[in-house]
Amino acid sequence: MDTVFKALADPTRRQLLDLLHARNGQTLGELCEGLAMSRQAVSKHLALLETANLVATIWHGREKLHYLNPVPIHEISERWIGKFEHTRLAALAELKSTLEGEDHD
Amino acid sequence: MTNPAASTFVYVTFIRTTPERLWSALTDPQFTKQYWFGMHQETDWKAGSPWQLVFSDGRVADSGEIVEADPPRRLIIKWRNEFRPELKSEGYSRCTMDLEPMDGAVKLTITHVMDHAESKFIEAVSGGWPRILSNLKSLLETGELAMVQKDAVELRHSAGQ
Repeated sequence: MDTVFKALADPTRRQLLDLLHARNGQTLGELCEGLAMSRQAVSKHLALLETANLVATIWHGREKLHYLNPVPIHEISERWIGKFEHTRLAALAELKSTLEGEDHD
Repeated sequence: MTNPAASTFVYVTFIRTTPERLWSALTDPQFTKQYWFGMHQETDWKAGSPWQLVFSDGRVADSGEIVEADPPRRLIIKWRNEFRPELKSEGYSRCTMDLEPMDGAVKLTITHVMDHAESKFIEAVSGGWPRILSNLKSLLETGELAMVQKDAVELRHSAGQ
């Protein structure tokens, strides 16, 4: 679980997860287009996300496609949130996003 | 092999067990009921055989066919929803389960693909798989469930259908 929190502690890596959440199965090149940094830097961030099992990769011919793997995030949620009522938390989250807009960093 | 124009979800979890135990956990109906919110699968797990995912009350949730069964390495199921017309009309998806031994654990990769973009079916199952996999991991590693059994209404959503 340490690797998951370390991976999530960086804004660029969270942005990469957001990009995959918006469109799953992107190549390194496609992910670089949305970010102002070198291909090498993005590649390093992706490797860290993959080590934490937050990103899974599948080869499609010669292209490596990246997928958001929600399983570790679900496990974190189950560990601390699971015993509370999901519905009430969902209502609060909805209220927050309605009041604040969709910005969440 | 995935098609970029398709709707694909990939789920990966590492479970401290053996490929043989994990295979049996994935295919044994009594064991499956424990982590799949009371549902179980009916099939003889041979390529070409019919396959069904059945609710605890006996209704058929999903159905299809075993495409490939290579114990304890790989399982491929042709998979269609049966009880929600808007999902059933999308036709068959393809679910691949790969089991790879890795440092005293098994890496389980589930790839669920529908051959067209923006599949509602793939969206519907995306909520279910992480919960099912958490339960499966917890059950195999500790003998206990990560989540308690939910009522029938919750169950339908939880099962990812």
